[in-house]
Amino acid sequence: MSIGLQTAAYIAATVLFILSLGGLSNQESAKRAVWFGIVGMALAVAATVFGPGVDLSSPLVVSVILVTVIAGTVIGAIVAQRVEMTGMPQLVAALHSFVGLAAVFIGINSDLTTHSFASDAERVIHETEIFLGVFIGAITFTGSIIAYGKLAGKIGGKALILPGRHFLNIAMVVASIALMILYMNHAGSWTLYLMTLIAFAIGVHMVMAIGGADMPVVVSMLNSYSGWAAAATGFLLGNDLLIVTGALVGSSGAILSYIMCKAMNRHFLSVILGGFGNSSGPAMEIEGEMVATDGDFVAESLDDAQSIVIVPGYGMAVAQAQQAVSELTKRLRAKGKNVRFAIHPVAGRLPGHMNVLLAEAKVPYDIVLEMDEINDDFADTDVVIIIGANDIVNPSAQDDPNSPIAGMPVLEVWKAKQVFISKRGQGTGYSGVENPLFFKENSRMFYGDAKSSMDQLLQKIN
Amino acid sequence: MKIGAPTEVLQGERRVALTPDSAKQLQKLGYTCLIQSGAGAAANFSDEDYEKAGVEVVSDQAALWAQADIITKVREPQESELARARAGQTLVSLFMPAQNGELLQKFADKKVNVIALDMVPRISRAQKMDVLSSMANIAGYRAVIEAGNNFGRFFTGQITAAGKVPPAKVLVIGAGVAGLAAIGTAQSLGAIVRAFDVRPEVAEQIESMGAEFLMLDFEDQQGDGAATGGYAAPSSPEFREKQLECFRAQAPDVDIVITTALIPGRDAPKLWLEDMVKAMKPGSVVVDLAAERGGNCDLTVSGEKITTENGVVVVGYTDFPSQMATQSSTLFATNVRHMMDDLTPEKDGQININMDDDVIRGATATKNGEITFPPPKPKVAAIAAQKPKVPEKTAEEIAADAVAAERKAGRQQVGLLVFGAALMGLIGLYAPAAFMQHFIVFVLAVFVGFQVIWNVSHSLHTPLMAVTNAISGIIILGALLQLGSGSWIVPVLAGISVLIATINIVGGFMVTRRMLQMFNKS
Repeated sequence: MSIGLQTAAYIAATVLFILSLGGLSNQESAKRAVWFGIVGMALAVAATVFGPGVDLSSPLVVSVILVTVIAGTVIGAIVAQRVEMTGMPQLVAALHSFVGLAAVFIGINSDLTTHSFASDAERVIHETEIFLGVFIGAITFTGSIIAYGKLAGKIGGKALILPGRHFLNIAMVVASIALMILYMNHAGSWTLYLMTLIAFAIGVHMVMAIGGADMPVVVSMLNSYSGWAAAATGFLLGNDLLIVTGALVGSSGAILSYIMCKAMNRHFLSVILGGFGNSSGPAMEIEGEMVATDGDFVAESLDDAQSIVIVPGYGMAVAQAQQAVSELTKRLRAKGKNVRFAIHPVAGRLPGHMNVLLAEAKVPYDIVLEMDEINDDFADTDVVIIIGANDIVNPSAQDDPNSPIAGMPVLEVWKAKQVFISKRGQGTGYSGVENPLFFKENSRMFYGDAKSSMDQLLQKIN
Repeated sequence: MKIGAPTEVLQGERRVALTPDSAKQLQKLGYTCLIQSGAGAAANFSDEDYEKAGVEVVSDQAALWAQADIITKVREPQESELARARAGQTLVSLFMPAQNGELLQKFADKKVNVIALDMVPRISRAQKMDVLSSMANIAGYRAVIEAGNNFGRFFTGQITAAGKVPPAKVLVIGAGVAGLAAIGTAQSLGAIVRAFDVRPEVAEQIESMGAEFLMLDFEDQQGDGAATGGYAAPSSPEFREKQLECFRAQAPDVDIVITTALIPGRDAPKLWLEDMVKAMKPGSVVVDLAAERGGNCDLTVSGEKITTENGVVVVGYTDFPSQMATQSSTLFATNVRHMMDDLTPEKDGQININMDDDVIRGATATKNGEITFPPPKPKVAAIAAQKPKVPEKTAEEIAADAVAAERKAGRQQVGLLVFGAALMGLIGLYAPAAFMQHFIVFVLAVFVGFQVIWNVSHSLHTPLMAVTNAISGIIILGALLQLGSGSWIVPVLAGISVLIATINIVGGFMVTRRMLQMFNKS
């Protein structure tokens, strides 16, 4: 295959990738759009394999390609079939780590192969590209592994805050830059390897310091990094398709991180540097009492209600309650009630996590609404059920300027006539902020595991 | 221990303090329940209903008082009941200890513990046992129904073939629980509702019920209700004058007046004076819910309905809750059940009058032969003190803020562009041409990415991440290109890269497809 034909295939692949991302603007076109992506990827890989860069006359190369591609396909297919929808955050994090690791390997390979340069400037740029590609790739790799561990519950979810962590981060970055300068001055490959180790450490340290509800930001950020790593590799190899695709993925992740941060009213830097915001004064005192209720009362209220809104949170995913919630929704809708879902952008551990869980449980997507679409309707809602969510329905974000979550946009559930909170116990949410919603007169606590609570309701509502 | 509910002694009282439902709940607390035969009849609860709920039906009053350790009833006890009481017994009922000091002393002397349900403090925690609120709610509803019964017209406005019907205009004075219930009921029947209260902080509640709040033009507004435990306080003479002036202006216009104004521990304030009644149209109705405490209206006769010379009906009934005995018994019994819940922390059927508990302390009027009334002030304030309002921004200020914000955004954008251009220039100065070409592609791709991704629906963010994950597997190209070159280590590393990138591509696309298949429309 000639270079011209290969480039044509690359252009087609680029267009198809853009279309496949653009198609995600709604659920129906998205189903088609994913095919664009698959075809684009097939084109790109085929054009590369049969293109001038790959020596297909060598049996070793052919066999390596065949073995690795087939093995990769089988593993990928098995993983994709087996993964639980509640396990999506872990899977996404794990896949990010692969891109990071590949970027590291490709960068090191590039260092190992000899090159000749027309000018000194070209050499400097090439070496910068290697360094950047490896640096970003390494952070993505270890960061994603830690994120995977946290999301899968293999590492404690709590943020690990080392003393002087900011200093530590700065020192590591400075050391990396120093190593890059040494590398450019022909100090040898050891500088690259040492920098790789340092970048691994940065990735671990950075994600260890972030926990719980900030995970959506971390995962989107790693998504973004994996894109930038691919783009850096593209520069390194002078391959425009890699650059374009990397840039698309990188900007996608960046936008997701931005949306998540906006939804928590926090700055990206403050999330990434870890720890939680400091309050500027004493929190407002909460008056009232948490009143517990039982399944009978909740079922009765649901029976009497006309419009019902369900607010799911991470607790629903943990308890695997989505099927029961879906069944409940079906029964209530069969009775002619207006049942809808309100999704806060940061509910769950992945952007859009709740939507996928509800879709899996066969909740129709047209009754699953975003925060902005439903916030004005709470005043006309008879019953709100909150399942395993806390900070996203905390009124102190609006009422208490001293609250650590002040200014965060929240679902205004307290405006409804009756609010039920399905929750395991009396604890606070991720932010550790007491939630005055639970003490409001129209709130009732429905204690217990979300799954068993929903099952209890199902027995009472036919 | 045994809880027993006798038939009410007071003539005309139809409520009962124990229902089959509440009995079931009390049994869960470990109590045995007794009921006097026929006690629930007037409220439509038959003896069989009680038996089915596991309640022991006792033939007469004397036997019930003799057997039960705890007596629960609705009305304050009469002398005849005092005679049946014995030492160590506990009485849970309305009592009005402030008005019935003498009776209270006699109960104390007999060493009967009295839990006066009307003394439950008005804090949120105690709302579930606040009988005054639940009874007031019924009274408010019933007041509107009673008014409608005596009012010769529709509540709602209609345009019919036989002509146009104007909606009734209802004025509710005093927006406590009863007032708010009356507002809600009248509103849902279709009337135009106006309401007045001396506590300005209830304006919001009134408006939330759909009524119009009659605002007084008065400089020195009343202190908020927080200082008096959520109840109204007496007003100054000047304020009162303003208030009456306002009512006088309303009198010829409104068809129905419902007064609910009470001040704790005093006679009801006179708010609807004789001249206002005279100014009303014939056929209009005044329902005075404060009749028992002297009435808010000059012409009210407690317990009776009268018609004035100009044809205005003034209703002064005092037994509204009792008129709806089934409903009011249910609520009353639930309040009692909640009270017992708090009195039985161990759920072992043993009553524990814990004087450290604000609510129990407040309600307990006698204990172990001593009068514990009046209680000290509760530690928790009934309702939050009002916060000073932040002055709202005027339209100009908001516009000015918007302009300033826009300018700031503009400056930032220009700054970024200048910085970006400078950076580009710097790179362009040194970098070779080939690099710059790749760089153009990179920058354009970032821009395209930003434009495309902003349109992605929020609900598809997880599939977006999965699909970007798959296409970032494009890094496989780099690995493929390196397979053939260099020493043994290069192909090994490249081979591993191809493997994991393939996992990424296949896994990413397949899981995206799986997810998208699940999104279905209803």
